[in-house]
Amino acid sequence: MSNKLYVPGTHPDLPPPSNTVGVINWLKTNLFSSPTNTFVTLVCLLFLTQLLPPMFNWLFIDAAYGGNSRQECVAQGSGACWAFISERLNLFVYGFYPIEERWRINLAFCLLLVTLAAVLWDRIPARKYFLAYACIFPFIATWLLIGGLGLTEVPTSDFGGLMLTLVIGVTGISFSLPLGVLLALGRQSELPIIRVFCISFIEFMRGVPLITLLFVASNMLSYFLPPGTNFDLLLRVLIMVTLFASAYMAEVIRGGLQAIPKGQIEAADSLGLKYWSTMRLIILPQALKISIPGIVNTFIGLYKDTTLVIIIGLMDPLGIGRASLADPAWLGLSIEVYIFVAIFFFLCCFSMSRYSLYLEDKLVTEHKH
Amino acid sequence: MKLVNNVIAGMAVSALAATVAQASTLEDVKAAGELKCVVSTGLAGFATPNADGKWEGFDVEFCRAVAAAVLGDGEKVKFIPATTKNRFTVLNSGEGDILFRNTTETMSRDTDLKLTFLPVNYYDGQGFMVPTALGVTSAKDLDGASICIQTGTTTELNLADFFRKNGISYEPVPIETNEEAFANYSGGRCDVYTTDASGLAATRIKFDNPSDHVILSEIISKEPLGGAVRHGDDQWADIGKWVVNALINAEELGINQSNVQDLAAASGDNPSVNRLLGTEGEFGAMIGLDSQWATRAIAQGGNYGEIFERNIGSDSPLNIARGLNALWTNGGILYAAPAR
Repeated sequence: MSNKLYVPGTHPDLPPPSNTVGVINWLKTNLFSSPTNTFVTLVCLLFLTQLLPPMFNWLFIDAAYGGNSRQECVAQGSGACWAFISERLNLFVYGFYPIEERWRINLAFCLLLVTLAAVLWDRIPARKYFLAYACIFPFIATWLLIGGLGLTEVPTSDFGGLMLTLVIGVTGISFSLPLGVLLALGRQSELPIIRVFCISFIEFMRGVPLITLLFVASNMLSYFLPPGTNFDLLLRVLIMVTLFASAYMAEVIRGGLQAIPKGQIEAADSLGLKYWSTMRLIILPQALKISIPGIVNTFIGLYKDTTLVIIIGLMDPLGIGRASLADPAWLGLSIEVYIFVAIFFFLCCFSMSRYSLYLEDKLVTEHKH
Repeated sequence: MKLVNNVIAGMAVSALAATVAQASTLEDVKAAGELKCVVSTGLAGFATPNADGKWEGFDVEFCRAVAAAVLGDGEKVKFIPATTKNRFTVLNSGEGDILFRNTTETMSRDTDLKLTFLPVNYYDGQGFMVPTALGVTSAKDLDGASICIQTGTTTELNLADFFRKNGISYEPVPIETNEEAFANYSGGRCDVYTTDASGLAATRIKFDNPSDHVILSEIISKEPLGGAVRHGDDQWADIGKWVVNALINAEELGINQSNVQDLAAASGDNPSVNRLLGTEGEFGAMIGLDSQWATRAIAQGGNYGEIFERNIGSDSPLNIARGLNALWTNGGILYAAPAR
């Protein structure tokens, strides 16, 4: 073996020592590093071997994928009856939206994906135009979903299923963040009126359960509004959900604001920046970055809270599922329905959570340890 | 607090009064071109959406019959799914025009909640389901049994009354929902499940082998289910009342979905049929409709018997017997006032 000489700084990277890489080593360090860990690993393995095969059988092998009633399902296999879900899939996705108009939902959904890409991913080419488009997307989507101006009008009471969840979730999420920022700033304002207003709003909203607010929106308002006014139920729900989430958002962002050292504001002052410039250029970017986990946490909570609208008779996927369960031909398939709805919510919430990790990673400016 | 309550109640009442005074519900419905009908958010056989999102069920068919009578088209119904918690508010606030939501008629609902009940369209009552293997034939044999019971319902109180009256004891297993009851009962945590008989029938067919479970013949409470409308619009209440009566009378008079058009085409030998179908007299005008109102209502989904059998009776998986809901001429208690 010849020891080659290198000019300082030009030595190539060597592979890591063989006892720190490889599957065996990973197992050793992660699963069997101590007697306790070995024991826990073995117990978990035992559980998984007992649990997974029957679950897999029930979910896939013994499952029935065809049939028009539960009887036919049972005849085909002893496992899950996915025929029920596939028969009801359209109902789960589109709710009671008229069948011939459902292309509008598909289109709106595709446009939503484009919007999300533009807003969430900063390496998209020509992002400026996409962002401009994202600003008008809410109007396009509203027009597509509700109709008018050439399209058949669809009452919002026909909304339902995953599409309703997306409408409430996306609206709530996109409006609660800016509102929450304003409330958080207002809470720290030096103008007493603004401060008192923001504090009372936040504390009231956080002090009342969402169900109560939804009830007020759906029931009480109709008593107080002048007779004959038709204030759309979905709109009321959207407003309530947004206000509710924005109160939580405000507190999350206040946490971020308070973590910013006073020196930052003083530095901005010394540069001669006005209040809004200070906030926009110096404080909020840092505060929001710190608050990302909390913000996404609130988003996920809000998204899952949309299932509460069943209480006031709006049919979200869970509501559709429960209503479908009452179909005499399919009685007794609740597990399948709940698994399906759970998968949908898990996918949505998990993607939000992953995106927040990506964002945190991307925005790191400190040295990583 | 009292003052606040009074103010709120006052505002609610005055708002309500204003709603009612504005126009008659019939005119509102005609102007809107659709009937806003409050139904359940999902109850087997009574109201449930099909795969296309179209509502089906026993209660739903009554909504469609009213829409057919009033608007001439049973499809012109906007269904408003409501929970047990908000059903009456939806109706009273004017968001719904009529309610068919397996709702028990009680005195407090009729008076205190300011509803006007339509004729009973389903006589339900609390029953018991037990495993066939227990060999129980009467509810009085259930001494010492553990019973799954939904908390906070009238069924809970009925059960206590029944056992006290018969001097036997039971062990309650409190549960919250129907699904939970099914899980507990099928898991053997309770020997007996009790709820309304129609609910028991729906629960029973969830078992892989329904004949392993038997619904006892004893019915221990009265649960007359019927439609309802708001107080204050008698004409609208009359329309609802007579549509239900028309469907029941149609069965009694032998009018069904297939022969109703023929019978309505010309006046026949039976004056009762003629009056109902508008070939004799001016009965439609008395409730603010045309003479063909009942013909359309019956043509929509058939007479009471047809609606019953198709949705909850022998033609449906629920297979509920007519029992009390048979016509008075067949040993039931369904007895509608005549149209004359």
